[in-house]
This record gives sequence, C-alpha cells and structure tokens, in this order.
Amino acid sequence: MKAARRGKVVSYNKWGYIFLIPFVSVYLIFQFIPLASTIYNSFFENYRSGLTQIGPNFVGFENYKTIVVNGDLITYAQNTLIMWVMGFIPQIIVSLLLAAWFSNPSLRLKGQRFFKTVIYLPNLIMASAFAMLFFTLFADGGPVNSILMQMGILDQPYKFMSNVWSARTLVAFMNFLMWFGNTTILLMAGMMGIDTALFEAAEVDGATSTQAFFKITIPLLRPILVYVMITSLIGGLQMFDVPQILTNATGDPMRSTMTLIMYLNKHLYSKNYGLGGALSVVMFIVTAILSMIVYKFTNKKVD
Amino acid sequence: MGNNKKTKLKKGMNVKARRTIAYIVLVLISFLCLFWFYVLFINATRTHAELTKGFTPIPGSNLWTNWKNLSAGRAASALPIWYGLFNSFFISTLSAALCTYFSTMTAYAIHAYEFKLKKFMFTFILMIMMIPTQVTALGFLQLVGKMKLDDSFIPLIVPSIAAPITFFYMKQYMESSLPLSLIEAARIDGSGEFRTFNSIVLPLMKPAIAVQAIFTFVSSWNNYFTPALILHTDKKKTLPILIAQLRSTDWLKFDMGQVYVMIVFSILPIILIYMFLSKYIVQGVAMGSVKG
Repeated sequence: MKAARRGKVVSYNKWGYIFLIPFVSVYLIFQFIPLASTIYNSFFENYRSGLTQIGPNFVGFENYKTIVVNGDLITYAQNTLIMWVMGFIPQIIVSLLLAAWFSNPSLRLKGQRFFKTVIYLPNLIMASAFAMLFFTLFADGGPVNSILMQMGILDQPYKFMSNVWSARTLVAFMNFLMWFGNTTILLMAGMMGIDTALFEAAEVDGATSTQAFFKITIPLLRPILVYVMITSLIGGLQMFDVPQILTNATGDPMRSTMTLIMYLNKHLYSKNYGLGGALSVVMFIVTAILSMIVYKFTNKKVD
Repeated sequence: MGNNKKTKLKKGMNVKARRTIAYIVLVLISFLCLFWFYVLFINATRTHAELTKGFTPIPGSNLWTNWKNLSAGRAASALPIWYGLFNSFFISTLSAALCTYFSTMTAYAIHAYEFKLKKFMFTFILMIMMIPTQVTALGFLQLVGKMKLDDSFIPLIVPSIAAPITFFYMKQYMESSLPLSLIEAARIDGSGEFRTFNSIVLPLMKPAIAVQAIFTFVSSWNNYFTPALILHTDKKKTLPILIAQLRSTDWLKFDMGQVYVMIVFSILPIILIYMFLSKYIVQGVAMGSVKG
C-alpha cells in the first residue's frame, strides 16, 4: 500500500513534462528551427537577379562582410539608434516626473486613474494606423500645417516628410507617445516599493523633495531604470511599423528613417536570403546580449 | 524654533505650488495624447473638399457618407474592410485563447511539479523572453513555405502557444494565488492531473487569464510585420495590412474623408475594449512589471 502510494507520488511529476509538451514543441517548430535555418542561410549566397536565381552557394562570411562594407548595416543601425534616443530621452524624463508625482503621498493628486488611462491609451493603438494618422495630419496640406498657418506661426506649409530631422522627430515623437505611459506605470510600481521611512527621515533632516528625488528615489530605482532602458532598447531595435507606414517603406528622405527591420523586411520581400540572414543573425546576437543583461536583473528580483 | 516654523511654512506653499504644476503638466500631457484622436474623429466627419480647405475644430456632417463610401468600396482602390475586420478578429481571438490556455499550462508545469529539467526550463524560457520574432522571420517564412502554410492563418495563430512573457506573468500570479495544498486536496479526491488543471487551476487563474487575453488580443490585432509577410490574398488580409495598402496608393487622388474613417474603423474596437476594461489593463501593466 505504502509503496504503491509512493510510486504514485513520483509518477505525478511526469505530468510536469507532459504539460510542457505544447510549449516546447511549438517553440522548437516555430522559433528554434527558423532560428537555425536563418543562421544557416546567412552563410549562403541566395538571391534573385532579374529572372535568374543566384545560388544558394556557400560563401562563408561573405554576406556579413557585404552588409558591413557597403555601409547599409551601419547607416540603418545609426538611424534606428538616433530615433530611439530621440524618443527615449523625453520618455524617461516625463515618465520619472509623472511616476514621482503619482506615487508621492504628500501631493495627493486627484484623477490619477483618469490620467493613467489617458497616457496608456496610445500604447494600445495600432502602430500602423497611428503612423497613417500622423502621415495625414502632418502632410503638406494636412491639419497640423493648416492650424499652424491659421495661428500665423507659418506662412507656408512646412514639409515634415521631406526634411531629415523633422521626419526623424515625427517617428521619435510617436514612439515617445506610445511608450511613455507604459514606462510611467512600470516606474511607479518601482517607486511604490521604496520604504517611505527613508523619505520621512530625509524630511526630518531638512531635505527638499528635489533632493529626496535625486538622492533616494533615483539610486534605489537604478535596477528598474536599467531594466526599462534595456527593454526599451530591444524594442527600439525592432522599430518597424511607424517608419514603414509613415514613409511608405522608402525610409525617406534619403534613407534617413530606414531602420534595421525595414531593411530586413526589404530583403525578405525581394527574397535575398543571404543578406537578410546575415542581418538577422547580427540582430539576434545583439538582442541576445541585451537579453542576458535583462535576465540578470529579472532573476535577481525573482530570487 | 523660528527656523523650524519658517521651513514648515515654505514647505506648505511648496506642496500647493507643486501640485498646481503637476496638474498643469498632466493636463498638457493628456492633451498631447488625445489631440490626435480628436482631430481624427473630427476629420472623419468631413468631406474631402472641406478637408482640403483647412482644419476646423467643429465636426462636420459627412461621417455617414464617408463610411458608406468606404464600406461600399467606392474608392480608387477598394479595400475589403469587412474581411479585414473579420480576419483580424478571428486571428486575434484564437491567438488570445491559445496563448492564455497553454501559457497557463506551461506555468502550471513549472509551478506545481518537481522534475529534473524544471530549473533548466524556467531559466531557458526567461532567457528567450526578449528575443524578437523578427530575427527569426526569415527561417519562419521558409518553414511556412515548406509546410504549405503560406497565405494561411495557422502560422499567425499557432506560434502564440509558446509565449514566454505570458508564461512569466502566469507563473508570477500562481506564486501569489495558487496554493499547492489545493492541488493536493484535488488529488486526494481522486481528480486526474489534467482534470485538476482544467477544472480547478484554470478557474482560479481567471483574473490573470483575462488580463493576458486582452494583451495578446491587442498585440495580435495590431501586428503588422508577420501577417504582411504571410498573407497575400486580398480577402485574407488583416486590418494593418489594409492600412499599409491605403498608404501606398496614390493618396493624393484619394478621398481623405474615407482615409480618416478607415483609420477610425481599425482602431475603434480596441478603443471600445479599453473604455470598458482600462482599469484592469492599467493594473495588469503594473503587475506584469518586474515584480515591482
């Protein structure tokens, strides 16, 4: 009787494996095999030139060399990073400020739920529809130009889409709008976790709230700040929908808003699997390194 | 003593001033978030001719006409919007259902059982959590081609079963609200493991499942990259692809009223969901953070 029961206890644990079957099999088929074949493809010359199919021929690291030497990888990585930084800096500043206000008990802000609901809204909006909206709003004859002219700020329409920095600013601004609400909520959750006794002690010692913010909140928040920054960077590297729709996949003006994933998308459409593969592998390695850093922070929290 | 009083006074005013500043900034930022949607809804109610004349803040009376023109496909490039809506809805709903069900199952496997590879699996899932799908898209496309699943919904739905982020959320939730003693009790009552999962664990996980179902639904609804690579037939396209198609047409000849109505059409379902469920969504974001 007893032995049988122990046998049964042990046999429960095989269900651990059984319940993992769906996840593992779907992961292997739809993530792992594609990853392996992407890496495999990156070592082959494989594209179409007009009607003739070139390859697949094994070329070693030639594809990697090509995307570095012709400058594409560097240009598009630069574009992506510039637009990410332009969106991230205002995002982190505004989010820190709002999170500090929301979580500050002495301010007792009213309507917090309303404000949180509003600032999170843009995150849920379809990025491609949002980009299409901005495209129509900031068009040469669009409402924004019309409003600015009615107010007398402009004499003639400003061509937002034909100017390198205004196009980049639009992309960065949209990314800012879509993500600052999310960041605010994350940072607020972190700030709520800080022991209020620390602030009380600082107040007794005569510290101003600005001092308390920079000397207590920021240092204690550092792990979450790093987490937010790295996850945002990983997200930024995937920047695609907004510039793709805004510029109709051209990355205009003069490829200045072309991001890495837009470039990858181009290769996927033209079926240039060699260069596309090399680009994917480079991005995989970069995101894997960044993920390791995030994992370290997440893990510390889990333990 | 006097000094103390002075600082207290200064502080009292400080709080009031800071509160005022906070409100002003919050109102400005809310304006920044909502202004675009306001212009969108206004412009959707106006005719093309009115739109080219410039912006007026008062809504027009042409919403119904714009909508009828759009839905009747009376445009330079007729968009199959009803198919788009149905396809988006179908893919997003099934993704959300599969994703939450199987992520809960995966989390349950790690949470409730002791087995050799448990720690390895948990670490592994956390490590792959951040790897974007785009970097494996090339191999994914080739695989889909070989499986003859090109232009089908299956490659857009089934992969959602392996969702590390949803898994992580479920695991966190189980740690706080799924006591193992309950599972023990079910076993003693003679319930099989699979039945325990379906009839005891799933109902207890309802709040977490609801939150994650919304998030998966929304991200699948908004997804553009993968569907655009997989779906080719007009009647199979999802809404984001139709938006992209709208962008690539010669929009100067396009009726702008219809463009605005089309944008409203594709974001309205999510806005409606958000209006009713915003409380849970905002809470869900905070809970899903790195265990704040």
